[in-house]
This record gives sequence, structure tokens and C-alpha cells, in this order.
Amino acid sequence: MLQLQEIDVYYGAIHALKKLSLEVEEGSIVTLIGANGAGKTTTLKSISGLLRPKNGTVIFKGVDISRVAPEKIVGMGISQVPEGRRVFTAMSVLENLEMGAYLRKDKKEIASDMENVFTRFPRLKERRKQMAGTLSGGEQQMLAIGRALMARPELMLMDEPSMGLAPLLVKEIFEIIKDINARGTTILLVEQNAHMALSIADRAYVIETGEIVLAGKAEDLMNSEDVKKAYLGG
Amino acid sequence: MQEFMQQMINGLSLGAIYALIALGYTMVYGIIMLINFAHGDIMMVGAYVGFFSIAVLGSNIIAALLFAMLSCAALGVIIEKIAYKPLRNSTRIAALITAIGVSLLLEYVTIFFLTPDQRVFPESAFPLHNYEIAGLVISNKDIFIFVLAILLMLILQYIIKKTRTGKAMRAVSQDPEAAILMGISVDKIISVTFAIGSALAAAAGVMIGLYYNTINPLMGIIPGLKAFVAAVLGGIGIIPGAMVGGFLMGILETMVSGYGSSLYRDAVAFGVLILILLIKPTGLFGKNTGEKV
Repeated sequence: MLQLQEIDVYYGAIHALKKLSLEVEEGSIVTLIGANGAGKTTTLKSISGLLRPKNGTVIFKGVDISRVAPEKIVGMGISQVPEGRRVFTAMSVLENLEMGAYLRKDKKEIASDMENVFTRFPRLKERRKQMAGTLSGGEQQMLAIGRALMARPELMLMDEPSMGLAPLLVKEIFEIIKDINARGTTILLVEQNAHMALSIADRAYVIETGEIVLAGKAEDLMNSEDVKKAYLGG
Repeated sequence: MQEFMQQMINGLSLGAIYALIALGYTMVYGIIMLINFAHGDIMMVGAYVGFFSIAVLGSNIIAALLFAMLSCAALGVIIEKIAYKPLRNSTRIAALITAIGVSLLLEYVTIFFLTPDQRVFPESAFPLHNYEIAGLVISNKDIFIFVLAILLMLILQYIIKKTRTGKAMRAVSQDPEAAILMGISVDKIISVTFAIGSALAAAAGVMIGLYYNTINPLMGIIPGLKAFVAAVLGGIGIIPGAMVGGFLMGILETMVSGYGSSLYRDAVAFGVLILILLIKPTGLFGKNTGEKV
């Protein structure tokens, strides 16, 4: 469904991604793990179009999207749950969800998707009139996920959804990710919480200073000595 | 008390005009963090378009208003595309200096083509009629300006609160990058913002023509600056703040003129700017927003 082919991405003079290639198969959960500053978010931004690779291509469903405007890429079926949630804090929960469906015109379907989000996240329903800025961190993460779902994405890019959440909530969020995937959305998940990410993913890539250093089935990586040492705390 | 109420009435229509101009400042600032110093001059262009459509085309005041608003909406969009868009990723000071350049350009191109002379707004467009209610003099112009300004502000509130585009405008002003990830075209939203802000300024320009009876190519400078003070007073980037700030500035100005001396009214207006920057730089409606981690 998605292939990054040897992409080079620069921040000014800094070579942030070096000939990075990865592939996401339709229907799977793929995770990209690595330390802070390794290039995980940069990779996601290169897919969603917020950053442009200098070399290489990003192919989504057979189309090269590496030069497509980011707002068009959303319409092609890729939505992103950005790092730090980035909900619209001075807008209500309802309005945030409406923004997720910004490009859609099918009012009835939007309404039913909104109901689905509320069924999945009952707390958002209770707080639908509240400003998103007044929600707790966990609720904001749910809103960010709900907002991305409102676009009916085929591929969902998730950037550190567990960041800053209590362990119990982290578990809940990962259950939700599994469930979203089970209902047909392909997921590319970027995480620092390698253990959790590997436990739900089909395939995994390990990124270090802008390069993929390991790739394989998630369960194989979970048992790999290198990964254990570097990312799973021994 | 009578005197006070009279000044209040005069202040309300002037304040309504300032509020309309201040809205454009604050909306543009909210979206691209730019103080569009050409905004007062867009108002001036609106006054001229209104003037010519009445004096030359013989249109009535409503048609003149609509014509001025549409022309200035287009002008605002063009200015943004030509002058500000190429500077979107440069420093804020570069954009600010460009805005001052655009301001001077509008003023002196108008002088070049239309002479620097005052023009008298045609009396026929809106024959003055004074009403006396409980000893207070209220003119039909005051009522017209006030009611129209309130109507425009209600329409603006509706657009921003309820429409898809208005919600997208708020989203872009809060977090442009997250808005892009929703599929919102930031360029389009910026254009819409300039169009709406400039149309409101144009309406204010025609109202100033009615209010003072004369227009000239430099008429945008002082009201533009006062509306800027109004926007800062209310909290720059905050729409209700611009409305309240505009009314406060209008009322303050007529009170100073009425009770003190009209010579001091501009000094007082800019004194307010100094005070607000010293005491509460975020404005009356501004709050220090903390980030949630």
C-alpha cells in the first residue's frame, strides 16, 4: 500500500533521513521504533507531505505522492495523528471531529462516523461541547485519534500516541489501535514505547540517526538481542 | 447626564466604524501573525469606490456599499498574493515593513490618479435627518452606521462560528500544521480572511465618508491606527476583543472631544496603546495560554 523508496530528507544542512526505505502492506500494523531524534517523526511528515524528500519517492497505492500538497494527500486516504496530539484547543470536541471530516461532503455518513467515534470513546460524547483544551491528556489523544478517523483513512499514521500517558491509558490506546486495524485501516505506528508497539505490530523497522538498521517481523525483533538491549531495557 | 448620553450616541457610531476596521487587523493577525498596516488604506480605497459609485454611477448607498466591499475583498486578496505570500517564511519584520510599503503605495497611487484633494461625499446619497428623542439628537446616519455595523458583525460571527470555512479559519489560526493535516488549504483560508477583513474595512470606509462627509487619499492613516489600537486593546487575534476595543475607542474619542478638547483625542487614543502595552499587553480579552503537556 505504501512504499518509501530510498528517501533523503534534509532540515537545512542536516541530513535527517538517509536513503530510507520501508513498506507498509495493506491491512497490517507496521511500527517504526527508535530513540528520540532518530527520524521517526520526520519519516511520517515525509509521507503526509509536510516535508519533501530531496531524493527518492513515496508511493501510495501505486501513485508517487512525494510532490503532492499535504492537504491533497489527506484526500487520497492518509490521515495523521500528530505527535503531541495537536487538537484544536479553542474549539469544541464536536468541532475538532468536524475538522477531521473537512474534505468529506457525505453528511449522513459523517454523522454516522461521528456516532461511531462517540461509541468508541464515550467520554468524548459526554464532553462534546467542551473546548478540547479543557480535556485531559488521554482524552485529547482519543480526540486526536477520533479526528483522524473522521477522514475515513485507508492508512493512518500515528506519531507516539502513548506519549505522556499513564500506563493504564497506554494499554487502552494500544487496544484501540488494534481494533481500528481490525476494522480495516492500515496503520503505521511510530513509538518510543518499543515493547508495546512490537506487541501489536505485524512488521517493524528500527531507525537510528535517519537510517533503518533493522527490519523484520515484529515478533522476531522482539526476540532479537540487539533490540532487547537497545530498546526493551535488557 | 444629557451631555454624556449625547456623546455616548456619537461615540457608538464612530466606535462601530473602528470596530469594523479593527476586525480586519485582528483576523489577519490571528491567521498569519502580521499587522497589516495597509488595512487603513484599504478602507480608504473602499471609501473612494463608494464615492465614485454614488457620484458617477448614481447608485444608492446600499449598492455603493456592496460594490466597495466586493472591490476591496478582491484588492485584499491580490495584495496578499503579491506582497505577503512570497514572504510567508521570512521574518515577521520583513512582512511588517512590506505592509508599510503597501500602505504608502496605496496612498500615493491614489494621490497620483485622483489628486490629493478632499472630495465631498454626495449629500444626495444619504440626506441627513435628525431625530430628537428625550432631548437627545440622533441622526439617521448614526442609526444607519450603527445598525449596519452590528449586522455585519453578526454575519461575521455566524461565518466564523457556524460555517465550514469559518471553522477552518479558526483551526488555521490555532494550529496551521494540524489544519493542513485535516486537508485544509491554508492558502485558501488566508485568502478568505483577507477578503472578509478587507470587505469590512471597505464598509467602514463608506461609513466614514458618511460620518465626516469628506474623503481624501490619506484618510485611512489615523482611523487605521486607531483601529489597530482598538485591536490591541481588545487583544490582537481575538475577534470579540476587536469589537469591544473598537467601541471603547470610539466612545473614548467622543468623550475626550466633548469634555476635554478635540485637540487631545488622537493623543489619548495612542496613550491607550502605551498604557495597554505597559499594563496588559495581551489586551482585555487576552489570556496567557499555557500548553498542556
